[in-house]
Amino acid sequence: MAREVNLKVNGEDVSEQLQENTLLVDLLRETLRLTGTHVGCDTSQCGACTVHLNGRAVKSCTVLAVQCEGSEVTTVEGIGSPEKLHPMQEAFSECHGLQCGFCTPGMIMSAIDLVHREESLDENSIREGLEGNICRCTGYHNIVRSVELAATKMRN
Amino acid sequence: MYDFNYHRPTSLDQAFEIFSNSEDASYLAGGHTLLPSMKQRLAAPTDIIDLGGISSLEGIKSESDELVIGALTNHDEVATSALVSSEIPSIAKLASNIGDAQVRNRGTIGGSIANSDPAADYPAAVLGLGARLVTNKRVIKADDFFVDMFETALEEGEILQEIKFPKPDKSAYQKLPNPASRYAVVGVFIASRNGSVRVAITGAAPSVFRAPELESRLSESFSVEAIENVTLESELMNDDMHASAAYRASLCVVMAKRAVADMLKIS
Ligand SMILES: Cc1cc2nc3c(=O)[nH]c(=O)nc-3n(C[C@H](O)[C@H](O)[C@H](O)COP(=O)(O)OP(=O)(O)OC[C@H]3O[C@@H](n4cnc5c(N)ncnc54)[C@H](O)[C@@H]3O)c2cc1C
Ligand code: FES
Ligand code: FES
Repeated sequence: MAREVNLKVNGEDVSEQLQENTLLVDLLRETLRLTGTHVGCDTSQCGACTVHLNGRAVKSCTVLAVQCEGSEVTTVEGIGSPEKLHPMQEAFSECHGLQCGFCTPGMIMSAIDLVHREESLDENSIREGLEGNICRCTGYHNIVRSVELAATKMRN
Repeated sequence: MYDFNYHRPTSLDQAFEIFSNSEDASYLAGGHTLLPSMKQRLAAPTDIIDLGGISSLEGIKSESDELVIGALTNHDEVATSALVSSEIPSIAKLASNIGDAQVRNRGTIGGSIANSDPAADYPAAVLGLGARLVTNKRVIKADDFFVDMFETALEEGEILQEIKFPKPDKSAYQKLPNPASRYAVVGVFIASRNGSVRVAITGAAPSVFRAPELESRLSESFSVEAIENVTLESELMNDDMHASAAYRASLCVVMAKRAVADMLKIS
């Protein structure tokens, strides 16, 4: 059955008629054409689909769009712009924190939540904090360096 | 995922009424077990009843000698709660090691306990502490709650409302996590209160269980040495691609020893 869903995505009001079994990631990618959020596994494992739901990192392939009624969703498109990157995006660019880039939007969204959540971070806690994100290119060293740098930038 | 009718009740009575009037309904909490099983078509409910709008299922409070956690409280809220950390720190630690950060932001304590996955962490704390499970109908003792793999004492449509954990003198949880999912290959929760010791083991068998031999030895002498030479029967243990039954039986004692060592460190 279809149902009206109202929420904010990247600060803008969205109101859509959706099938009740629509996943949040499908609302984002298919309906709103925000294709920065990726689907790697569709089985809740890889974290490529990570977005912020009311400020917290969640796997959007494992949330129903109807569960987000009245909520605020932020995707990688909503954190910065090509002219003014988010410090996390800047750091990934500076530290070469990506190879093919498929996992990157999810890594960035998880890492921003991690920096907000933890008072201080070191290599271990960054690796643990990003456990829900898998990089198929296995470029973890530079991802960790990127998050270390971004944490410093975000705290200044 | 097949389509379904979606409901978002605001009270337990309403939720139960919708359940009773539906063909094959399922409650939805954090969705981190239910939605993946619906995608795989292992579950295909006609009606989804989202518990997310029922505020009486939320919250963490301390009531005399019990710590009370609402069923809808997510793993991250438990892990980062100052109240949980001061009253029963082992529960906060257990929650902080469930899955990954995104899973902890969605998955709930009630969903984990109601689902009773053989490898889930919370059932070990519920049984180890001898918690009381409050539903919309009654109060169930932990010892009567976990029946079998994915099977609990909850009846059709019964809703888990809150979990009342008695505060122990000391407690600890130790697990060997599966390296990919972080589910427990074996997890052991030990609690001591007024000299009596409870040991609950998850991950090892179809359902969480108590280990009487470990309990009696530790009640006599609370030390790592006291359980050094215990061997658990591997016959009833799970045997799968993650671990053999014999390995699980041995892990039970290893994890129990680590939990005891943790408890001895707490002054
Ligand atoms: C990648 C991944 C890794 C994970 N790792 C771990 C781990 O390391 N350890 C671990 O323990 N778990 C792990 N989990 C499971 C996770 O903790 C789940 O969130 C949890 O088991 C189910 O909680 P939920 O709130 O998501 O429940 P849901 O999926 O919403 O519901 C699960 C079941 O319980 C029922 N239910 C839910 N709430 C209630 C209620 N209040 N009353 C009655 N019935 C109810 C539902 O109808 C459904 O049948 C993992 C999950 C994922 C996806
Ligand atoms: S696509 Fe959601 S976790 Fe992989
Ligand atoms: S950069 Fe290719 S998957 Fe991570």
